[in-house]
Amino acid sequence: MSDWLKDVEPLTLKGQIAIPYTWHAGDVGSRFLTALRDEKKILGSKCPECGKVFVPARKNCGACFVDISEWVELKPEGVIEAYTIVHYSHPIQPVKPPFAYALIKLDGADVGFLHLIKKDLDKLKNGLRVKAEFSGERTGKILDIDSFELV
Amino acid sequence: MGRKVAVVGTGQTYHRSHRPDVTSREMIREAVTSALADADLKIKDIDAVVIGNMDHFESINYVDTYSIEGSGAFMKPIMKVSTGGTTGATVAIAAYYHVASGLFDRVLAVGFEKNSESDTTGAIITCSDPIWDRFSYSGAIPSLATEATAYMEQYGATQEDAALVGERDRNHALNNPYAHLQRPLTVKDIMASPMLAYPIKLGDICPRSDGACAMILAADGIAQKTASRPAWFKAVSVRHTYTWFGDSTDYNKGLVSMQQASQEAYARAGIRSPVDELDVAELYLPYTWAGLKWIEDLGLCGRGEAARFVGDKNTHMGGKLPINPSGGVISTNCIGATAMLRVAEAAIQVMGKGGKRQVPEVKNALATGFGGCFWTDVVILSSERP
Amino acid sequence: MDKAAIVGVAQTRYERRKKDQIFADMVFDVTRAALDDAGLTINDIDSVVTCSNDFYDGRTISGMAVGDAAGGMDKNISTVSGDGTFGAFYGLMRVLSGYKATIVVAHYKGSEGDVKITTNGMFDPIFHRFLGIEAISAAALQANAYMNLYGLTEEQFAEVSVKNHGNALNNPYAQLAMKITVADVMNSKKIADPLKLFDCCPISDGAAAIIIADEEIAARSKKKPVWIKGVAHCCESYLLGDRDLAKPVALSEAARKAYAMAGIKNPLREIDVAEILEAFSYMEPLWLEGLGFCKPGEGATLIGKGVTGMGGKLPVNPSGGALSANPILVAGLARLIEATLQVRGEAGARQVDKVNTALAQGFNGPCGQSHCVWIIGGKK
Repeated sequence: MSDWLKDVEPLTLKGQIAIPYTWHAGDVGSRFLTALRDEKKILGSKCPECGKVFVPARKNCGACFVDISEWVELKPEGVIEAYTIVHYSHPIQPVKPPFAYALIKLDGADVGFLHLIKKDLDKLKNGLRVKAEFSGERTGKILDIDSFELV
Repeated sequence: MGRKVAVVGTGQTYHRSHRPDVTSREMIREAVTSALADADLKIKDIDAVVIGNMDHFESINYVDTYSIEGSGAFMKPIMKVSTGGTTGATVAIAAYYHVASGLFDRVLAVGFEKNSESDTTGAIITCSDPIWDRFSYSGAIPSLATEATAYMEQYGATQEDAALVGERDRNHALNNPYAHLQRPLTVKDIMASPMLAYPIKLGDICPRSDGACAMILAADGIAQKTASRPAWFKAVSVRHTYTWFGDSTDYNKGLVSMQQASQEAYARAGIRSPVDELDVAELYLPYTWAGLKWIEDLGLCGRGEAARFVGDKNTHMGGKLPINPSGGVISTNCIGATAMLRVAEAAIQVMGKGGKRQVPEVKNALATGFGGCFWTDVVILSSERP
Repeated sequence: MDKAAIVGVAQTRYERRKKDQIFADMVFDVTRAALDDAGLTINDIDSVVTCSNDFYDGRTISGMAVGDAAGGMDKNISTVSGDGTFGAFYGLMRVLSGYKATIVVAHYKGSEGDVKITTNGMFDPIFHRFLGIEAISAAALQANAYMNLYGLTEEQFAEVSVKNHGNALNNPYAQLAMKITVADVMNSKKIADPLKLFDCCPISDGAAAIIIADEEIAARSKKKPVWIKGVAHCCESYLLGDRDLAKPVALSEAARKAYAMAGIKNPLREIDVAEILEAFSYMEPLWLEGLGFCKPGEGATLIGKGVTGMGGKLPVNPSGGALSANPILVAGLARLIEATLQVRGEAGARQVDKVNTALAQGFNGPCGQSHCVWIIGGKK
């Protein structure tokens, strides 16, 4: 019954789904991004109930489920909570490896901020202080911060 | 057969073509807080969350884990159900099983879509099989157009007959502050609108919207303490029959999934004569011909009789069986929410919260979901506890 | 709970690339095999849940590709977009609501997509997507946070890889069965520190199916019914920085609820075998902590002492786990299936002695943001 299967040459079809997207940053996200672009400032927001300072800024606190309206300007500097040095290459990456991702606890924030570290990879350690380096050309996106560097 | 379940609250956003002021999860939160307020509950009262959308419209993988800040599911169980256009209904149905199973007492169901963030047709095309169907059937409109042509040929219905469905729904939307399109459209306007794929013209087809809908379901014993007039689930039926578009084109049979799902639902609800025993229907009609053809499949009138049934104003507000007092899909279409809005609007009618769009004295309400490869979901809600 | 049981299971062999099968082929194979295993026919099934993901399949309404292959025609069929453990949970709820038998089928083909693109898609489009982060680099961050908090070593994680790939030698379905050493792991290619090639799951193709039935069908099923004692899931915050990646709080909460339902007070003593989703080596000790098998920080010690080896007090992943085969979504269902085989005594060369109660776990989202825990047992 399935003898004919033995002689079949399995074919494949290659394709790519290419759909354009325009994600809305929302009012809160937009203010966060324009502060990066226009003022080189990193803004967080503080929950009125639990007092937690979130960065990037949020419209509401997920745990308390209440609106947040208090903006907090954070120091663009903080401590490495976790990091990894990436050794593989892929087109989705903004820079060629090796480079690092890091979760950075900015001074004044209660949560970690995810971003890139490109230099001094061999010196990286948990707990070291890093500072944001802003891009020369900023257009209102997360990579308006080019990366963080060891202080 | 499981616990009895009722809808005790609903919420939705004011649907728009674009919502640049919010991200998807911020938009979800609007519907959730609205539903909580409607049920007079707090997020801590919710035991589980079910959420759904169609991934490719926002390009967010795992919207359940993405949504937490907005869906209120922080440190709660959340699962994602996704079944194309039927999603909103299958999410509500999954929430129903969460409660009926006895494992959860109060469950939040959320459907949403930010259709403005992508190319809708580009995303929908990917529902077609990449080897066989994707290069020919471009999006949602052609499959519906072939169905419409066949129907017109079979029963002599005209484009004007179908256009009346659009005029009706768009007029109904004027009573619904949440509806996206709030301008009336006449049969004349529809007939004059540009042809997209014969016989479907721009005025015949649904828009795409940014919006979210949330519903709170509660168990027997708790529902009665939460809402003054809970909307009880009398029947739930799902038929996602086909996989290939070519298999769904025996137009002599009609929309098989709708026939089967509705017959099963009527039997479960003890409804023998739907047109007499149903007081209102919120139907997923993505285009005007559906409002003729599919009401025959629902058994609301005989084969070929829909044009006259609708033409005689039986389905307009004030008629024998008003259809889509909310304005329906032709007035609002945030795809992942759209089918849930049908269930939510049916619940709103049963609960007596319809305001200007309220149909008087609703006992039994019918809601349908449609999508995928000519799939159907049917939900019957009632003020009467089953 | 004891009102529903697993009565049929089936898996495909997991491979890097199943080039002669499309999704529907794999799904049909496991659907038929699960029915045979249960001694049922498709007419005995009155509800179907498929598990698939539109990103991974490159197809919106991904469930549409497999509906008829899963026996969904003329039935109540829906799709859970998430790990098989969650899909099975929906299947269970349908049975508890009155359906007699629900089949749950999951499928995935890593060979047909680009997992870095598709898992990059999990991340927030505004704040994280364009950093290029995806599942592997996120996991590496979690591994780093975990190591740093408790002073753990890469060698300790490597022991998981050695154990699991070795266990896979006894599993005819596994993709990567190999006898390796800690040195082999330590010398394998660096991926994202501290993860090396052998710390990471492979890319896999496969499908799996499970049939959950009510007491009446369970009573007349061909094989010994495996009773569902407790099951729960829970999800924590989304943005990675909002979480303490070294503390799996969602898993702990899910486990707490599942244990309560199953009446389990001392998991290490009362669970006989565990199949958990360790997509990366460090996840095994981390999840063991979340599951309450040991105190926080002591997962690696438990493994190092041999407690989780085949001869230990609590064998973990006798199947070889996700390190040996990780068809995403299917992998969680495979854990539940392997746990079922253990309870039935049908696990062949990978059978653990005297299994009465087993645990299975799966997760969704980056770094295990949302977990589902199952407790199953042989006695009602």
